[in-house]
Amino acid sequence: MRLGFNFWLGTGLTALVIFAGVLAPWIAPFDPVLDADLMSSELPPDATFWFGTDAQGRDVYTRILFGAQISLTVGIVSQVINSIIGVTLGMTAGYWGGWWDDLVNGLTNVMLAIPSLIFALAVMAVLGPGLPSLLVALGLTNWSWTCRIARSSTLSLKSQGYVQAAQTLGYGDLRIMFTQILPNMMGPILVMATLGMGSAVLSEAALSFLGLGIQPPFPSWGSMLTDARQLIQLAPWVAIFPGLAIFLSVLGFNLLGDGLRDSLDPHMRTRKP
Amino acid sequence: MTAPLLDIRSLHLGVALGRSAHHPLLKGVSFQIMPGEAYGLVGESGSGKSVTSLAVMGLLKRPLAVSSGEILFKGQNLLTLPKREMRRLRGNRIAMIFQEPMTALNPLSTVGRQIAEMFVLHQDKSWNEAQKLAIDALASVRVPNPDRRAKNYPHQMSGGLRQRVMIAMALACNPDLLIADEPTTALDVTVQAEVLRLIKELCAERGTAVLFISHDLGVIASICQRVGVMYAGCLVEENETRALFDTPRHDYTKGLLGALPRLGSRSQHGRQRLVDIDSIIADRSKLTETRFIAPRGIEGSQP
Repeated sequence: MRLGFNFWLGTGLTALVIFAGVLAPWIAPFDPVLDADLMSSELPPDATFWFGTDAQGRDVYTRILFGAQISLTVGIVSQVINSIIGVTLGMTAGYWGGWWDDLVNGLTNVMLAIPSLIFALAVMAVLGPGLPSLLVALGLTNWSWTCRIARSSTLSLKSQGYVQAAQTLGYGDLRIMFTQILPNMMGPILVMATLGMGSAVLSEAALSFLGLGIQPPFPSWGSMLTDARQLIQLAPWVAIFPGLAIFLSVLGFNLLGDGLRDSLDPHMRTRKP
Repeated sequence: MTAPLLDIRSLHLGVALGRSAHHPLLKGVSFQIMPGEAYGLVGESGSGKSVTSLAVMGLLKRPLAVSSGEILFKGQNLLTLPKREMRRLRGNRIAMIFQEPMTALNPLSTVGRQIAEMFVLHQDKSWNEAQKLAIDALASVRVPNPDRRAKNYPHQMSGGLRQRVMIAMALACNPDLLIADEPTTALDVTVQAEVLRLIKELCAERGTAVLFISHDLGVIASICQRVGVMYAGCLVEENETRALFDTPRHDYTKGLLGALPRLGSRSQHGRQRLVDIDSIIADRSKLTETRFIAPRGIEGSQP
């Protein structure tokens, strides 16, 4: 199977974010919060401070490494929650049909009608800022597409010979769902989760930018951008590097998701001439 | 005389559309299968063969629904059986094999695992035990190298092998009744003969009754003791296989037999024309209760 350049670029960028996040405590030259020194504030990038320093004199490079931890946590945990909710609802709705299907469809449509960022904002406003409520907010608001895909995959898999054969062989509903249907639709679900990670990272940055997400002084790429807003003319590096980090990680997740889709779904595979 | 294993009594079944509209598909089908007997059900596409078997399995999907009649299995009415009980019967006491061996197995797990699951599901065996039983089951359907084949995925097998795996799964729990819904249609003729012989021998060995659904009269003749002919949702004729082929009584049966080319028949019977049955399925609404064959007619017979 040939995987395109985009897939490898996506894998590379994602791997970079994962390395940065996991290894941050060991490879970061400074402490992201405590090494504030007003004497060395707003220094441009040099050999000591690779990405310069911010208004409090903290190393931007260090803060970006630790910011990766938060982005990764948010991306992965929220997508796990999304996938579990989406798959459970979508699969049971598609399999059982009837009033349950109508109910789940209605709920999905309602969720799709509300912009997920607005919904997340509302949830954050209720739960208050901080990482746990961020995870809940992003985990509860983005399952509708996964649910749709799980439902339609279930509908088509339900008519497959082996699912019907399983029914005649006396399998129970749950056993059929977990042994016959779920494994056969893992491909698209995985793709959705990967693409969703990109948008979760972006949503986290947006919420933190608005001051509802990760609270200062802890480094999140979004809140770093907020801090950088007043300095953008004096010290553009304080804004450029977190922005670049968000851009590259979201790009990475999206390219990885697209590449996975191309390789997992033979109908979507694009052939280069 | 022993009690029949499966006793279908005037089964009416149809498409229920809303509360009042009802479009009948089976109009009072009745037949019995004795323990260990092989019963053939023939008829053209849409005559209600498969729907009858689905009714027996209790797997009719809306809007299909049984409107009246009884399906007695060992004296127990399957139509009134609770869902849970019915599920326990399926695969365990009544098993089924399908026309399409290419799609009837889960592509993502090994065939050994899929057979083993039957033992775990219905006989409460441990997975280890079940794996061994699965290999025995593969050996019993004469798959060469069963222990190696058990680790194969369905895509690594040919159609004939997959159908054998399906048979192994269906017969894993020694069911009393095997429903075979055109099990050889998708296979080529040599493989077809092997699979037929396998079904015949295994069922005879274990005393499993077979409900064999097919539109291939040759296949039916080689495997079944009795045959029922279905047309437009009715069982129009039923007889011992030999008798049915020698002296068909119903017009439709005559048409069906006449449509079968016979090898070397010219020297025996002189020049023959195959009888043509008008190939459009008759409009059900125009059929009367008694003369289902009337609107179509067969060449040579007066309607």
